[in-house]
Amino acid sequence: MTHNPLPVERRFTHDLSSRVTAGHQVRDVMWAVIAALVPGLLALIWQSGPGVLVQCSLAVASALIGESMALKLRSRPARPSLNDLSAMVTAILLGLSVPGLAPWWVITLGTLFAILLGKQVYGGLGCNPFNPAMVGYAILLVSFPQEMTHWPAEPVGLGETLHAIFGEMDSHRPDALAMATPLDASRTPPAMGHSTATPGGLVPASHSDSWVNLGYLLGGLWLLRRKLIDGRISAGVLAGLTACALGFYLEDSSRYPSPAFHLFSGATMLAAFFIATDPVSAATTPRGRWIYAAGIGVLIYVIRTWGGYPDGVAFAVLLMNLTAPTLDHFTRPRAYGHPR
Amino acid sequence: MTTLPGRFPGGLELEGHKSLANQCPIRFAGLPPRLLFPLRQRNGENARALVSIGDLVRRGSVIAGGNQSLDPPIHASSSGRVIAIEDHGMAHPAGISSRCIIIETDGLDESIAALPALDTTHCSPESLLDRLHEAGIVGLGGAGFPTAAKLLKGKTAIDTLILNGAECEPYIACDDRLLRERANEVLQGAALLQRCLGCRTTLIAVEGDMRLAWQALKAAQSAGDFDFIQIIQVPSRYPAGGERQLIQLLTGREVPSGALPAAIGVICQNVATVAAIYRAAAHGEILDSRIVTVTGAGVQTPQNLEVRLGTPIGFLIEQCGGYTGQAHGLIVGGPMMGYTVNSDAIPVTKPVNAILVTGAGSPATIPDPQPCIRCGACAEACPASLLPQQLYWHTHAQQLQRALDYHLLDCIECGCCDAVCPSHIPLVHEFRQAKQASLSQQRARDSAAHARMRFEARQARKEQEQRDRELAAQRRKASLGGHASPKIQEALERARQKRAKQNESLASETTHNDP
Repeated sequence: MTHNPLPVERRFTHDLSSRVTAGHQVRDVMWAVIAALVPGLLALIWQSGPGVLVQCSLAVASALIGESMALKLRSRPARPSLNDLSAMVTAILLGLSVPGLAPWWVITLGTLFAILLGKQVYGGLGCNPFNPAMVGYAILLVSFPQEMTHWPAEPVGLGETLHAIFGEMDSHRPDALAMATPLDASRTPPAMGHSTATPGGLVPASHSDSWVNLGYLLGGLWLLRRKLIDGRISAGVLAGLTACALGFYLEDSSRYPSPAFHLFSGATMLAAFFIATDPVSAATTPRGRWIYAAGIGVLIYVIRTWGGYPDGVAFAVLLMNLTAPTLDHFTRPRAYGHPR
Repeated sequence: MTTLPGRFPGGLELEGHKSLANQCPIRFAGLPPRLLFPLRQRNGENARALVSIGDLVRRGSVIAGGNQSLDPPIHASSSGRVIAIEDHGMAHPAGISSRCIIIETDGLDESIAALPALDTTHCSPESLLDRLHEAGIVGLGGAGFPTAAKLLKGKTAIDTLILNGAECEPYIACDDRLLRERANEVLQGAALLQRCLGCRTTLIAVEGDMRLAWQALKAAQSAGDFDFIQIIQVPSRYPAGGERQLIQLLTGREVPSGALPAAIGVICQNVATVAAIYRAAAHGEILDSRIVTVTGAGVQTPQNLEVRLGTPIGFLIEQCGGYTGQAHGLIVGGPMMGYTVNSDAIPVTKPVNAILVTGAGSPATIPDPQPCIRCGACAEACPASLLPQQLYWHTHAQQLQRALDYHLLDCIECGCCDAVCPSHIPLVHEFRQAKQASLSQQRARDSAAHARMRFEARQARKEQEQRDRELAAQRRKASLGGHASPKIQEALERARQKRAKQNESLASETTHNDP
């Protein structure tokens, strides 16, 4: 039998590389987050000098070294994990959170804790139940309260900064370099003779903290516009905090500072747009995210007002991280075709 | 666009890429040298081949039959000689092969006599169902479900018939061209179905950007007497053409989980299927060809071809001018729900609506999967309101039961989650495999239960037999002791005496021997 000429078979490989992509890439998201931190960073430099830049650089260097080491120990290739830039974001968040003049070993230890105990021990990016930067921050705050709570009162020059950071551990620090934050002041009852930083007014203009918060707010809104973070989380944090602050402020405005003070003090905006929005350690369902975020807002207020720490963000976030799996479980959305 | 009764959550606005293939009219692809007909049916078993090697077949000959399956018989799509019945790759998401009847065409394309035409205005629903089975009609939208079975399934009354012309997946344009060129057939089929189903409402849905198709339908509607059919534009938002999403859009109702649309009184049919139904009824035509979109950057001249079933993909590519230099990947279906195949020798079967040859580097090659950062973009995009990241967590950890708790089986595999995942995790691939695993677990459980039932039935039967035997023995005994026939009584008496004598002689012998 003579066969018709057959076309030559062409073989292809099974690959999924031709799929449609309509979203972002992890690396791009991380880059954007870093970029969005810039306004806040600039405000921070303006407020307290270049110390924060040194802290961030130290943090990034320790993070990259720590992550490479951990990946080597875990026999994982280093490049993909370093390339996703998540370690860098963790490091920068921590660098922004420690006081600009804290000694070098504080930020180095903190970052290593964050990367190793906050992230890599659980299996790296995506597996960590807690926000790594906040793990690092909490360890530092509990272990080195002295170094972690003193912020420069006014901008400090580069030379002095470097001396403070890299100088002898017991070198003399001028008292003018350190002061209590307005949040510390606000906790002290007015009867004791201090005045609260904000007697009303939208923005407590007396302190440049509010400029830093405005900077973070700006960056955060840009991330929201690009749909890189979940607005539910940011709104939830701010709503939870505002609700508490407003309630107590209305009850007794002489004892409790205004909501505006809370919104623009400490790390409020950093928490709302950059820390609570870390998706890995947050709840994942829409309703769960509302609850998770509002919980953070409420806890920030509680810790600030009655707790013993200058700011409540780290503990608020870590406590709510704990609830995320449970929240996810009980707030599953109704799937198509299932009873309402 | 009028406001629709419902909307679906999630979904994506995707670039259509339709104009690649929908510019020129549907063209007959021609007869390939060989036709291949996979025998594998939906239930995984093979249809029985009714021809043997060397047999001559004609267009329309039944060459394999469904053995107790819902699947209709398989017809030859041209004339020629059966040259082999052997394993060959087929279009299947799992990349499996099937026993195939391979026919070498003779180029004469001789047909057997067509089926008698039905009277489409008066034929009974039963005669239509028989005809659909006989003519080999299955869903042409991609699922390939036997149409007669689908129409028969509805135990509840059907009140709404939906014709799905919302071709939401990028690149695919075969329904678009069909509606532009053969709108009348679709409307005729719709009228026929509406009458046989006895439903009140008939809707035809096309996507908002299928303007020419919509115009063609409108023109055919006013030319014929089809005012009872509503032609509706739905948003060009993927997956508006997904069966469940389309029902949600058009009726505001949801199909209950695990049920068919018929459970809420809706039947959804692809427009190409409806046209085939009409041709089978009105002209006695067997479904032996379909329209296939051949498209993508890897094809010289993308277009829609009228293709005889069984034609190898490679032949279609040849008809489109061959591959371009950058041809890279071969996908059956569209980029969202389609699946890659590893050879262009596999044949077109009824559910194959498009062949997409992707070009290298376009779209940018996707990097390897990275860890899930639980960003939730997948959940936002999911039109079934599932939590793909949780599903992935559980399927990846082989926790099948947990995945089922998270409604794994409600995943429609639309691929929206894949498309938005910033870590490029092949989620749907993972879910398909998990579903498969769940299915085989279920089968194993079923067959274990079946085996146990059989074993228990056998035990019970054996015990019963044993009891019956004992009973019979007892009855025999009783009957012997009672009123047996005199002859037997005599025989028994003789035997007894004989035994007694023997015993006596034996006893005397022993005494004699005693010293």
